[in-house]
Amino acid sequence: MFAPVSTPAFLIRDVSFFVLAITGVIFVIVAGFAVFTLIRFGRRPASPEVEPAQVYGSTQIELAWTIVPLLIVVVLFLVTARYVWGIERRAQPPDALEITVVGNQWWWEIRYPKLGIVTANELHVPVSDATRPTLTFITIQSVDVAHSFWIPQLAGKMDAIPNKTNRIWIEPRRVGTYVGQCAEYCGLQHALMLLVVVVHPKDEFQTWVASQQTAPAEHDATRTGRALFASLACINCHRVSGTPGNGVFGPDLTHLMSRSTLGAGAVRNTPDNLRAWVKDPSAFKTGALMPAMKLDNAQLDQLVAYLSTLR
Amino acid sequence: MSSTFVSTEPTAVRDAAPTPERSGTLAILHDWVVTVDHKRLGIMYVVTGLVFLVIGGVEALLMRLQLAWPGLTLVPPDTFNRLFTLHGTTMVFLLGIPVVFGFANYLVPLMIGARDLAFPRLNAFGFWILLFGGALLYFSFIGGDGLYGAGSAPAIGWFAYAPLSERAFTPGNATDYWNLSVLVMGFGTVATAINLIATISTMRAPGMTLGRMPIYVWTMLTVSAMTLLILPPLSAAQIMLLLDRFLGAHYFDTQAGGSAIIWQHFFWFFGHPEVYVLMVPGFGFVSEIIPVFSRKVIFGYATLVAATVSIGAVAMSTWAHHMFTVGMGGTLDSFFAASTMLVGVPTGVKIFNWLGTMYGGKLRFRTPLLFCCAFLFQFLCAGLTGIMLAVAPFDWQLQDSYFLVAHFHFVLFGGLIFTIFAALYYWFPKVTGRMLSERLGRWNFWLLVVGFNLTFVTMHFPGLLGMPRRIYTYPADRGWDILNLVITLGVPLQALAVLIFLVNVVYSLRRGAPAGDNPWEAWTLEWATTSPPPAYNFAALPPINSRRPLWDVQHPDDPDGPHE
Amino acid sequence: MSRTASRGRAGVIGFIVAETSLFAVFVVAYLFYIGKSLTGPSPKDLLELPILGTICLLSSSVTVALGSRALAAGRVARAGGWLFVTIVLGVVFLTGTAQEWRRLIVEQGFTIGTNLFGTTFYPLVGLHASHVILGLVMLSLCVIFAGSGALKAVHAERVEFVSWYWHFVDGVWVVVFTVVYVVGR
Repeated sequence: MFAPVSTPAFLIRDVSFFVLAITGVIFVIVAGFAVFTLIRFGRRPASPEVEPAQVYGSTQIELAWTIVPLLIVVVLFLVTARYVWGIERRAQPPDALEITVVGNQWWWEIRYPKLGIVTANELHVPVSDATRPTLTFITIQSVDVAHSFWIPQLAGKMDAIPNKTNRIWIEPRRVGTYVGQCAEYCGLQHALMLLVVVVHPKDEFQTWVASQQTAPAEHDATRTGRALFASLACINCHRVSGTPGNGVFGPDLTHLMSRSTLGAGAVRNTPDNLRAWVKDPSAFKTGALMPAMKLDNAQLDQLVAYLSTLR
Repeated sequence: MSSTFVSTEPTAVRDAAPTPERSGTLAILHDWVVTVDHKRLGIMYVVTGLVFLVIGGVEALLMRLQLAWPGLTLVPPDTFNRLFTLHGTTMVFLLGIPVVFGFANYLVPLMIGARDLAFPRLNAFGFWILLFGGALLYFSFIGGDGLYGAGSAPAIGWFAYAPLSERAFTPGNATDYWNLSVLVMGFGTVATAINLIATISTMRAPGMTLGRMPIYVWTMLTVSAMTLLILPPLSAAQIMLLLDRFLGAHYFDTQAGGSAIIWQHFFWFFGHPEVYVLMVPGFGFVSEIIPVFSRKVIFGYATLVAATVSIGAVAMSTWAHHMFTVGMGGTLDSFFAASTMLVGVPTGVKIFNWLGTMYGGKLRFRTPLLFCCAFLFQFLCAGLTGIMLAVAPFDWQLQDSYFLVAHFHFVLFGGLIFTIFAALYYWFPKVTGRMLSERLGRWNFWLLVVGFNLTFVTMHFPGLLGMPRRIYTYPADRGWDILNLVITLGVPLQALAVLIFLVNVVYSLRRGAPAGDNPWEAWTLEWATTSPPPAYNFAALPPINSRRPLWDVQHPDDPDGPHE
Repeated sequence: MSRTASRGRAGVIGFIVAETSLFAVFVVAYLFYIGKSLTGPSPKDLLELPILGTICLLSSSVTVALGSRALAAGRVARAGGWLFVTIVLGVVFLTGTAQEWRRLIVEQGFTIGTNLFGTTFYPLVGLHASHVILGLVMLSLCVIFAGSGALKAVHAERVEFVSWYWHFVDGVWVVVFTVVYVVGR
């Protein structure tokens, strides 16, 4: 969180430095006094059998060391409240990008409602420059248990709670790829529910949008694979636009090859890994809710060849 | 300084003399099993707690070995998830509570000049139901069948968030073992709290006004009152979870309109004050030990009492700082940030009072004081990281990260457990009639300090770098690997420290120097009787005219009374 | 006041505080979920005001106080009588609850799993009813001992504790009645 690239993360870093400074000073003073006391009064005394002067208390001192911390707390609270409202109450500008993120066990469903895009585990957003700021507002939901959406360099985390809708916003100011992961224990594979956010220059982002909105081209060579996909239970869970597949239990695979990982970060998206994943997801992610489909090698080859065309 | 009122001959097992008809091991065992004596029950509580400290420590060790480097497969994911669930549940309910209430059991009657607790049989009930609950929880390894095979412990985390804990997402009985065992242990804790309140309010010896009670007794009174208010809400939430899981109710069933958030509110309404119930008696130990080893009266008794009670009260209003990231809205976020910062004030004041006590004193660096000194620095850190986390936006980044895990281990390990070791070294002579070895004590102390800080200071950093908690492995490219390795390296030192402690106990029980009534030259009532005390505690009490009756006996020319 | 009695007093007060905390959470859950059921019947569709039961239960607080006072004055038979009346009033209350539940469950098919209203109604009212049952058991013991001659004036303090518990149970009913039958409908 100390390498922010997006406005909320910058704001949080600012208030963090403030509180770190205050607590740092308190630590130095109190610990310093403690060390001094231990050394000064820990030395072997001249007459150990004589008890030292018994001091029962001091109203002034005790009042002082109650009031000063109270004042510090008041200041800290006022600063905190300012940042809380500043971040939570940010109004959504009319040209903001809208994304809906839905937590699932154990992957992220990503939708761009106004652009008609559905993908998984990876967000793509445009960079925001000072002259024409572009914010992205993210609606966060869950279909099953509590998850938490956290990319430290972009913003604080926000939980994905079933039956509740949460919202955060980001404003990335630097192009690049930023990673995060689920931050609320959500069951067996909570550890493998990673997130990738790719921040594009504005024109590159438009290119990405266009490619996501276009259905993938059909190829004769992979016709058998496509038929296989449509005939097997794959379509019960997965949607691929242009096929009968309309399942929502698993990720939308229309542009599967445009994503960098499989299984929400379990492995990199390469042809070999894809084949191994389809053969048996549990090899990479024990307990993944996608079953091994028990395909023979020929079927696997055809299927993977087809899936590889889904760019 | 030995008491002039009762015999000074140390007898470690005077109370365990077998009845005339039977003798031998069976008779001794029988006496302990049927006992209602607060001293024996106190010992049983503490021993139980220490056993679970070792078990919980092994669970932690396994987790740390798994996380020492990215991509390790020492422990499969489902086992790891069970380990952190059991580690948290064990450390809070089977180490913290038993040791805290066990010490109270032993010390409170002695400190107020009473013969036993108000309800001795209820006391025994509290202990045995705790033991039963612990056995039930660990039986889950054998009995709690899950979907993928026979025998599994709960894997829902120690706070069991809904709806993950609902039947739809966690079938099988593992969760029910967690639910029932904690529910049942809760009844025992409430019973003991009622017992302590009744004892402290009605059984103080003549002259022992509320304003003359040791600070430790004030802490136990405060946390017992808190227990009455916070444990039933946990029980209620657990009953609701049981109804959901077994009778088809929908309390936390989000598919039927239920709320996942109210589980969190109910749980943390219990959960946050609970950590104060654990820590505040630790403050009580420190308030007894520091004066004795500084040879000075506690600085600001009234302030310390006021701080204790205000911590108890304000802590009841801070619970939703565990929920800053669920989307409660700015108003609630701000309120709970304010209350959380506020509770830091009386807590900080206590640190100043302890330092004020040591200032101007003649410090005796025996093992109990060493642990208290480490506590002061470590708890200062814990409190300050707590203030940082009270700043809600800071928490939005670091909630559920390893920074948070480091913070609460600083509170409960660097804070509570260090004070428990101080208390063990301080009162062991009173309980057994023998001194623990100072030499082994120093090895124990230094290994623990180095090991603890190596692990938990380092642990802040992966959190700051984005590492969330409760993950069984992590990617290699996040920069967390070396840090995790260093964290793991602290664990063997801590384990060795605990081992040395156990060796110290076993050795000293047989070969420790005889303690006498008052080896530390302390001033409160428990030191005015033999070590160990007779079954009836006091043959005769010294006159109680101040907070330090034995000081008054030793200094008849300058008693405490007029100064207080 | 003897030492034993004051211990008992502190103990019973502590117990009642803990019980209050327990009931409070079920009440909070009920209030929170008012109007939030997605489907199924709502309170005003199903609930009728339990007037008779409430009058009986609240008057039983008076009778139990009279019984407790009678025992303190040494009049064991009179105490037994008043406590017996308390039991009868409590049984009338429970019968009302039983009839209500029979109507809801058997005739209306309305159970704990029907919707959020069912989920929060049965445990709250049921928890209270179970406490009434417990109280009736304790009162029955008192009446039996009064009849057998074992109950004496020296036990007045303990019977007073039972009466405190009974007052607590009645107090809870006032809250439950207001929340479930007035506010919730």
